[in-house]
Amino acid sequence: MSTMSAMPAPPSNDKRWKLVDATIKRHGRAGHSLIECLHTMQECFGYLDEQGLKYIAAALNLPLSKVYGVATFYHIFTLKPQGEHTCVVCMGTACYIKGAPQLLAALEAKYGVKPGETTVDGKMSVLTARCIGSCGLAPAVVFDGDVGGKATPSDVLKRVEKWMAS
Amino acid sequence: MSTLASQIVTLKIDGKDCGARGDETILEVARQNGIEIPTLCHFDGLSDIGACRLCLVEVKGSPKLFPACTTLVTEGMEVLTTSERLRRYRVQILELLFTERNHVCSVCVSNGHCELQDLAVKLGLTHVRLPYRYPRLAVDATHDRFVQDDNRCVLCQRCVRVCDEIEGAHTWDVAGRGIESRVITDLSEPWGSTESCTGCSKCVHVCPTGAIFEKGKASGEMVKRRFVAELAAKRESRDE
Amino acid sequence: MTAEDLNELVEKELEANRGFTHSINVCMAAGCLSSRADQAMDAIKKELKAKGMDKQVRVRPVGCMGLCAAGPLVEIRDAAGNSEVMYQGVTPENAPELVASVGKAPVQSLVCDTSIPFFTRQVKVVLENCGKIDPERIEEYLAADGYRGLFKCIFEMTPVQVVEEVTKSGLRGRGGAGFPTGLKWSTVAKAPGKQKYIICNADEGDPGAFMDRSILESDPHRVLEGMAIAAYATGANHGYIYCRAEYPLAVKRLKNAIRQAERLGLLGQEIMNTTFNFTVEVRLGAGAFVCGEETALIHSIEGKRGTPRPRPPFPAQSGLWGCPTLINNVETFANIAPILRKGGEWFAQIGTEKSKGTKVFALAGRVNNTGLIEVPMGTTLREIIYSLGNGIPDGRKFKAVQTGGPSGGCIPEQYLDMGVDYDSIAQVGSIMGSGGMIVMDETSCMVDVAKFFMEFCKSESCGKCIPCRVGTSQMYDMLCKITDGTGTLEDVIMLEELSDLLKSTSLCGLGMTAPNPVMTTLRYFRHEYTAHIEEGKCPAGVCNAAGKVAEEVRA
Repeated sequence: MSTMSAMPAPPSNDKRWKLVDATIKRHGRAGHSLIECLHTMQECFGYLDEQGLKYIAAALNLPLSKVYGVATFYHIFTLKPQGEHTCVVCMGTACYIKGAPQLLAALEAKYGVKPGETTVDGKMSVLTARCIGSCGLAPAVVFDGDVGGKATPSDVLKRVEKWMAS
Repeated sequence: MSTLASQIVTLKIDGKDCGARGDETILEVARQNGIEIPTLCHFDGLSDIGACRLCLVEVKGSPKLFPACTTLVTEGMEVLTTSERLRRYRVQILELLFTERNHVCSVCVSNGHCELQDLAVKLGLTHVRLPYRYPRLAVDATHDRFVQDDNRCVLCQRCVRVCDEIEGAHTWDVAGRGIESRVITDLSEPWGSTESCTGCSKCVHVCPTGAIFEKGKASGEMVKRRFVAELAAKRESRDE
Repeated sequence: MTAEDLNELVEKELEANRGFTHSINVCMAAGCLSSRADQAMDAIKKELKAKGMDKQVRVRPVGCMGLCAAGPLVEIRDAAGNSEVMYQGVTPENAPELVASVGKAPVQSLVCDTSIPFFTRQVKVVLENCGKIDPERIEEYLAADGYRGLFKCIFEMTPVQVVEEVTKSGLRGRGGAGFPTGLKWSTVAKAPGKQKYIICNADEGDPGAFMDRSILESDPHRVLEGMAIAAYATGANHGYIYCRAEYPLAVKRLKNAIRQAERLGLLGQEIMNTTFNFTVEVRLGAGAFVCGEETALIHSIEGKRGTPRPRPPFPAQSGLWGCPTLINNVETFANIAPILRKGGEWFAQIGTEKSKGTKVFALAGRVNNTGLIEVPMGTTLREIIYSLGNGIPDGRKFKAVQTGGPSGGCIPEQYLDMGVDYDSIAQVGSIMGSGGMIVMDETSCMVDVAKFFMEFCKSESCGKCIPCRVGTSQMYDMLCKITDGTGTLEDVIMLEELSDLLKSTSLCGLGMTAPNPVMTTLRYFRHEYTAHIEEGKCPAGVCNAAGKVAEEVRA
């Protein structure tokens, strides 16, 4: 059987690595826990940076290219830092036909950000979701994890203005 | 699987009676019997992934098409490797490939020795009716001896497999997904600065097009060597 | 745990319930939560305490009651569990009048009429506990006959008999394709190998579908029980629930349910003091629709890129880590416990000849009552949309209903009287899919809808096989041209040609079914395509087809 190399040291003494380590160890450093580990890292740091990916690759004994391939295959993972706040517009079918594109257009017109982009001041990232399953309340928007239903462009702008002003 | 290997099955390919072991694929048995099936992602000595869909064949009794490279033969199977329908699909698939990236034969190092080009000639693809996508893609010339050119890549993943399965370095993998998929080295770093690459050149020689080639080659000069299948076979017999 | 222990627990739970004269059930599923149901519940609790009624009236957080658009929903039930009244759109400010009305005349302004067809026409098998029990307390599931099916299997039946019972029920996979569940179970049961796995596919990826989310949030133990029965029947000892990361509440409740079941010895080692072992783990998806395909899902659980591989071999023979693996969807597993409790014959009485049982649909889009419904197979589209759904809002005209998500199609008015089952839906060019049903009226442009789904497939394509990777991209570009007003009739012919190619040659279901929205809209709404192309106008007024043509004329 393959021998397991020694557990590498985390990239920094940031306490959040302890949480990532916990996920790594819970799965016994098994390669199949890669996606779980990436989830934890993103929850802790908001995105996946190069150093972190290298650390996880070493800890799980996986090739770097494989880790990168997985991190870029799944759209929940992001390799870029996100804004302070996130505004996720659901683009599921029900939301789409009930006006989700107009919500995105309103955000772009006011703040110049397209889906996937972050405002220049780093305050807000605008993202889209495939479907958050709140179709009964279409169109739905998630403001920092908080779901708002039956959204209109003015609702969304009003909600976002508070972030931008702070 | 040992039970499959010990089974002897008989089947018909294009009307020809064939005998085979139960663990052989339609592609293997067809080739043993002198029947050519077009392939692109398949490479002797590497695992099969059934990705290019060029080797699809018809099997009597099923409306579905089967990839010859990954479908095992079964007793009494009747396979058809060419039909008007199959020919049309194969040409359309090639057509799609030609529109996907920037394949310009006249300036390509592999001109005249390119499997994509050969397939187009063999299958009679005379012109492309779909619009070209003309994506803007990078060329990585950071390695001392080799160059990787995304413009000519067909995503057959031979480089990924040879590097993982034969060399054991796993420098290559696919990043992104869908039409945005790209082959990458390590953390999508410049090839020249990767830690894992051993410089063995196997990826260069399994690449079907001019997407990975040796530096210093001019148009049409890159001829690929076919040593990987031999390596794989030798490795297998050594284990016995 | 033994049968006596179980009875004792149930008796204790029922006894505790008898201490209350009423229970106020507040919906705590994602839909109502986003309408601030949690705040309403807190206010109700506070009010009860203030009025000294908290010893007589119990507040119970429950799962989905179905009518999501009218949320937050609150229901008042008497001691025997009978519904007295349902309230809609409840805010914290309503708490005093709501509490004052318990056992008295209801607050008329908040009443949600439950005598409407939306409620009365439903037949609940899968959703029988939704909106009635607290999904975070295993005791309530047990009191509602929970884990009785598993008990019956372990103590009274052999694994072969369990498979037979499921086969007898005629249950077909609820994930979309409708493969007979009994057949799948027996294949895994017969497959040689000591190590086998059960996987619950909770990667509900179709946009516009939220059946699985509601089941997991409202009644997670039902899914666990179904999985455990499957494990007993097939000889598996470990299971995974592969759930979308977009459903954090479902994940939280599942993990909680697993812990509770393990604590009571209903999951884990030596279940109910027998030699049967079955452990369950939750694995998170990460935003890839293709992982709903079973071989891609397996790769994802293995920590790899979620790309599918050619089948055969099927997962039943060679699945997770090469071992025989049974993969069923959430709703399929949710049907298992009642089948074992009440018998396969009981189940087979519901539905049509070839499609047995009920189906849960997520009704959304341009329809008055949006939400979750469960109806017998064979119910007509007209009944679902006009009776349960109460028709199209604002007096607009029905145009089409989209079923099956990106793999499905748009069904026009002429088929409204068709009974919905696997085979009839397939005949008109769509698929049952997981149960999303999106109603569209005359304000929806069918070319734009086809483009919407093609964009979806293009960006969800894994990129492994050429037809899907490049074909979806080319088809999307053509649909963009048409909606822009620069398309030609040749583009339409090419769309049809590529549709055939993708359907016949793609590696997995995603590519094979990606053309369905295009093919069905071309079949039933071709005039909308030609209107964009030849007249430069979008009949629904959605696309800017005219704008582009006008610009060109001016130039």
